Amino acid sequence: MTAFLQIRNLSARLRNTGHRLLRSVDIDLPAGVVRGLVGESGAGKSMIGKAVLGVLPASVEIVEGEIFLDGHDLLRMKPAERRRLIGASTALIPQDPLTALNPSRRIGPQITDRLVDILGWTKERARARALELLGEVRIPEPERVVRLYPHELSGGMRQRVLIASAFAAEPKLIVADEPTTALDVTVQKQILRLISELQARHGTALLFVTHDLGVVSKICDSLSVLYAGKVVEDTTVDAFFAAPRHPYSAALLAATPRHNDPASSLRPVPRDVLDAVAAEIAAADAAWSRHG
Amino acid sequence: MAEALFQISGLRLDVPDMARKPLFGPAPRLEILKGISFDIPRGAVLGIVGGSGSGKTTLGRALVRLIEPTGGEILFDGQDITHLPDGRLRGLRRRIQMIFQDPMSSLNPRLTVGRIIAAPLCARTGDARVAEALDQVGLPKAFAARYPHELSGGQRQRVGIARAIAMRPDFILADEIVSGLDVSSQAQVLNLLEQLVKELGLTLAFISHDLSVISRLCGRVIVLQGGRIVEDAPTRQLFEAPSHPYTRELLDAIPVPDPSIRW
Amino acid sequence: MLDGRGAIKRRAGARLWLSALWLGFVALCAIFAPLISPQDPLAQDLMLGRLPPAWMAGSEPGFWLGTDSLGRDVLSRMIFGARVALTVALLAGVVTCLVGSALGLVAGFYRGWADRIVGRLVDIWMAFPPVLFAILLIAVLGTGLTSVIIAIVVIDWTRFCRVVRAETLNQSQMDYVQSARIAGFTRLRTLLSEILPNVLPTMVALLTLEMGIAVIVEAILSFVNLSISTDAPTWGGMIAEGRLAIHQAWWVLVFPLVALFLTVLSFAQLGDGLRERFDPVLR
Repeated sequence: MTAFLQIRNLSARLRNTGHRLLRSVDIDLPAGVVRGLVGESGAGKSMIGKAVLGVLPASVEIVEGEIFLDGHDLLRMKPAERRRLIGASTALIPQDPLTALNPSRRIGPQITDRLVDILGWTKERARARALELLGEVRIPEPERVVRLYPHELSGGMRQRVLIASAFAAEPKLIVADEPTTALDVTVQKQILRLISELQARHGTALLFVTHDLGVVSKICDSLSVLYAGKVVEDTTVDAFFAAPRHPYSAALLAATPRHNDPASSLRPVPRDVLDAVAAEIAAADAAWSRHG
Repeated sequence: MAEALFQISGLRLDVPDMARKPLFGPAPRLEILKGISFDIPRGAVLGIVGGSGSGKTTLGRALVRLIEPTGGEILFDGQDITHLPDGRLRGLRRRIQMIFQDPMSSLNPRLTVGRIIAAPLCARTGDARVAEALDQVGLPKAFAARYPHELSGGQRQRVGIARAIAMRPDFILADEIVSGLDVSSQAQVLNLLEQLVKELGLTLAFISHDLSVISRLCGRVIVLQGGRIVEDAPTRQLFEAPSHPYTRELLDAIPVPDPSIRW
Repeated sequence: MLDGRGAIKRRAGARLWLSALWLGFVALCAIFAPLISPQDPLAQDLMLGRLPPAWMAGSEPGFWLGTDSLGRDVLSRMIFGARVALTVALLAGVVTCLVGSALGLVAGFYRGWADRIVGRLVDIWMAFPPVLFAILLIAVLGTGLTSVIIAIVVIDWTRFCRVVRAETLNQSQMDYVQSARIAGFTRLRTLLSEILPNVLPTMVALLTLEMGIAVIVEAILSFVNLSISTDAPTWGGMIAEGRLAIHQAWWVLVFPLVALFLTVLSFAQLGDGLRERFDPVLR
């Protein structure tokens, strides 16, 4: 069986400076699997999620490669068809629950709008679905909450609403872009468990963008470690945390704090590892520009 | 027993709750700090931990007297600074410094790094103390001519540290200073701070929502919840045998990068 | 390698230089008006009335852009008109900026009663229709260049005050202001050395905009005959006169209009250009 999402050899760059953002990225994501995209800021992890959802900023252009969603080549489809396919089969859980909801509209319509407008559901059906999902994300009194405005909910509650909204249309693929960085650790744990639980129940493929290897170890099945837009390691979670293969990903893991072993943590990525990975990327770029 | 640099007793702070203000009459008071007492001995590194809404940031800003408490007492080096007016605080300011959470907003975007560090010293950009401070935080001297937006997040945070230590303070408050950084720069900044504390004999209060970054740096940790201290213990004891359920909850919620540890 | 940022910068540079070039040209005209104007701007000669520009049939040598219905040279009047336009732009613009920004900075930074007083004042001011207000003021002060400038300052300070207050308020929330307090800066020093540099780009942008507006307001007041004496050459006055003879002598209207348009446009572009070039955050 082919994976629901296949990214092949995807390269992207900034339109005006030519600065490369993604370097021949390959990612496979079958249905029901959670894949972490890990890297430091600027590594291009969010860019991949945006490319899949077709919401790359206008300043970014895809140079080469393919993105297959359910077997359809996204980059070669007509824009209208592409929007319809993406709208019907994917969803996003955004990073910032404070700005992702429109502050001047009630919660209910913000969940049902998409169901009614894009999937053509009736209002009653969409409303019933919204209430069902709010129950699933364990929001107490869904009937009351749909009539509230976002500012009347806490950050954790808003993120639950966004998760409910993401799962509402039964998407095949969800991109979660750092969904818990704005939350307290205790709330983060609840939210991640919730995402994990809903993902398993609905058999959704989940692309989980994060900078936190700790989070990856808790909810992902496989992961891709990115550096400067290049996948330096692509493996399963168990294999990675047992023994990371690439020196950069090993250094990243060593830098991640472990409170249960204070002596071993807080080792910044060493200079020579950074130099080595930069040289590796420069060599790949040189080969790439020769064949291109 | 080391002499206490800070002695905080029964610290209270409340603000008018404008969201629930009736049309006429005064707004009800919202209690943020509900009677907090602790000491910071000279040379100690104290961790202050709590979730959002726990009052940790407010507590920090009261310590450095950016805000005035409504009750209780703050003694700094034996002197009562609880209600000291701005004019009389000015003499003490040099001794109490702060490093901010967001280095983008805490560094004036239209001043060069050199001027940012020099200004509190009332010195020129070329002053030797500016170069020395940059050197101590591991930044090249040439950075003095740069603007904050030309630096990476970790470098900006180093500038924030340089500005604080250039004053040769007795006390530094670090408010969530690594929460916006990548793990590698996080480790670098924490290591730097650890080393500076040793070299300069600083007294440090380190505010964080993340217990995992505190374990290395701090000797003692106080855990805040809802404006109260729920636990105050040496770090090792806190991590090994937390006594309060909230502390246990905080510890359990940390995602340790190891899939074999169940969550 | 493609460098897009360079291209954008060059475009911004071109904008800055083109507008500076035009304004410099206008300024030179204004300063050396008596030396370069080919005719006396006030000399009337009904025999030479409504002469077309030099390249059209029926023109007279020495009257490059033609003459108006009283036989006054259009080019010379435009050159002298530049004096009025620029004097108004500079004086009215700068004074408006200083008054409005000072009040805005104080209100936004010190808050409290200062903010309340300034805020009420702005609210009351904004409730007056500006054109009526200007006409009223001129009626009280009498016509003349000084009156025009005073009228512009009195009406337009609120524009600076509101924007600068909002920006000051915004900047005051930033941690670097807290940091200045921690460093033991006095309030005044914090305002001048920390906040002012961050509000300055906004002020410069507004100032150049205001200069353009001042030129327009002067032209409007001339148009309704409330600026300086009817005889004196101003662009607005020329446009008003040209309007009466638009079908017989379009040049009396069109040339000052073009000069006015380019000048106002240049002021606005100069503001953006200066910001892009000299603001360290954008550079």
